[in-house]
Amino acid sequence: MTQLALVIDLNVCVGCQACVTSCKEWNTSGQAGGLADLNPYGADPTGTFFNRVQTFEVGEFPNTQTVHFPKSCLHCEDPPCVPVCPTGASYKRAEDGIVLVDYDKCIGCKYCSWACPYGVREVENERKVMTKCTLCVDRIYDESLPPSDRRPACVMACPTSARLFGDIHDPESEVSRAIRDHAGYALMPEWGTHPSNHYLPRRRTDAHHHDDQLVRADNPLHIEGRQPKPPFKDPALDDVTSW
Amino acid sequence: MNPAFSVIFLTTLTGAGQGLFLALFAATLAAPGRVPAGFAVAASAVSVVLLVLGLIASFFHLGRPERAWRSAARWRTSWLSREVIALPAFTAAVFVYGAAKWQGFEPAAAWIGAAASVLCVALFVCTGMIYACIRFLQEWATPLTVVNYVLLGSASGTMLAAALAAYLVPDLAPGYADAATVITLAALATRALSLVRNARLRPKSTTQTAIGIKHPSIRQISPGFTGSSFNTREFFHHRTREFLRAIKWIFLVLAFPLPLVLLWTGSILAIPAAIAFAFAVQYVGLLAERWFFFAQANHPQNLYYALTG
Repeated sequence: MTQLALVIDLNVCVGCQACVTSCKEWNTSGQAGGLADLNPYGADPTGTFFNRVQTFEVGEFPNTQTVHFPKSCLHCEDPPCVPVCPTGASYKRAEDGIVLVDYDKCIGCKYCSWACPYGVREVENERKVMTKCTLCVDRIYDESLPPSDRRPACVMACPTSARLFGDIHDPESEVSRAIRDHAGYALMPEWGTHPSNHYLPRRRTDAHHHDDQLVRADNPLHIEGRQPKPPFKDPALDDVTSW
Repeated sequence: MNPAFSVIFLTTLTGAGQGLFLALFAATLAAPGRVPAGFAVAASAVSVVLLVLGLIASFFHLGRPERAWRSAARWRTSWLSREVIALPAFTAAVFVYGAAKWQGFEPAAAWIGAAASVLCVALFVCTGMIYACIRFLQEWATPLTVVNYVLLGSASGTMLAAALAAYLVPDLAPGYADAATVITLAALATRALSLVRNARLRPKSTTQTAIGIKHPSIRQISPGFTGSSFNTREFFHHRTREFLRAIKWIFLVLAFPLPLVLLWTGSILAIPAAIAFAFAVQYVGLLAERWFFFAQANHPQNLYYALTG
């Protein structure tokens, strides 16, 4: 059984919102229908987004960390939003585990959004149906795209590679390794929804600098005397003027 | 949650319609021969009108009301789908019951009434379970939710039956006044119990479990947007605590003691209008009760929007 999912590395997410805009651009342009923005230049703009990046401050000043936290549908293995749907518009695909909404069947009763503890379902302002992250289902199987592009738009856009995409049921996939190696976790485990998307926690990063790395003792040009050896504090133009 | 008036009217109107039918059918069982066919027809008609009004109100909750027929599809898993089936089925049963009473099909009417009673209870359970089955809305996830829907609807309907009887069959009015008093007091007891329970709830989800960072001090800086979104509109009532507390006391007064005072004033002094007014006051109280029921439910998704008031 395949379960496609995202793994989001909070250690490298810089909160640039590129995944948000890339997601919006792709999903508002699709055949399924647009994601309207209402009152975009007014005092209270509003719009539908499948993916949002929120920011939290952890700790007490001055010992704080800023955590950027992207959140989209987690494609739960036991999604509470699916059984409550009265029409069957909300469903989980057996073949790849993606939770989807059939926009032609949805009556816009919002009950599934009540039944989602993560708040990732939003009623589209103009179509009046429930919409949510599709894991770019209209991209990842598109054979007219080069294989490297058959990934969700948010993953393609991330400049720091904070978003990984793959099958979490394949123990050797990139995402499974990342979850295993970096203690990936799920959100709100207390409700037993078993989200497929995982988050990788902040990691302590220690930098070890050795003196010979700083002065580049192994540079053959210096060893052979073909480059000058200016004082260590001089302005650097890398190999030309400095160590 | 942000209370939706469509759902508030749906649940209070159908509750009154269901309670009225149960009161009518119970009287035909408890006092056979003392319930004139005319009263049964009138009460059935009023019940059908309330149920249809409730059904109409429900359509205002839908983004795509023209597709409402699809919502009967998933009755195997969805309580909402079951309600969508039970509501028209019960309405039709009450209509047929009223018609049978009107035409004087006597043994048949009793059987139809029995079937309608089963559908009525089923509808109460479906309505209550729609809310009680969402496990992470902790204020709702209790059997008390279903009990309250049954008792509050029955109280409202029995109060309406007392008013109708006061106008049409004064013989039946004292019995209905007694029943309405008992059911209203029972509803007060269970609703008060759920208020006490909800006041003592500890939320299972915290900001820590919501974002998976185990630190006692976490504060949201940005929800990811500057305006509003579906998340800030659907799940927040945007009212103050004081407003919520005021609504709570308003419904505790309007739905329980005040209508009972009016009911007994009307019964003792034989003023039908006072009993009708008691029903109206209680109905307004139940609107406030339902508003509070929705507003009090604290959705865990709100943890991601801590900056929204």
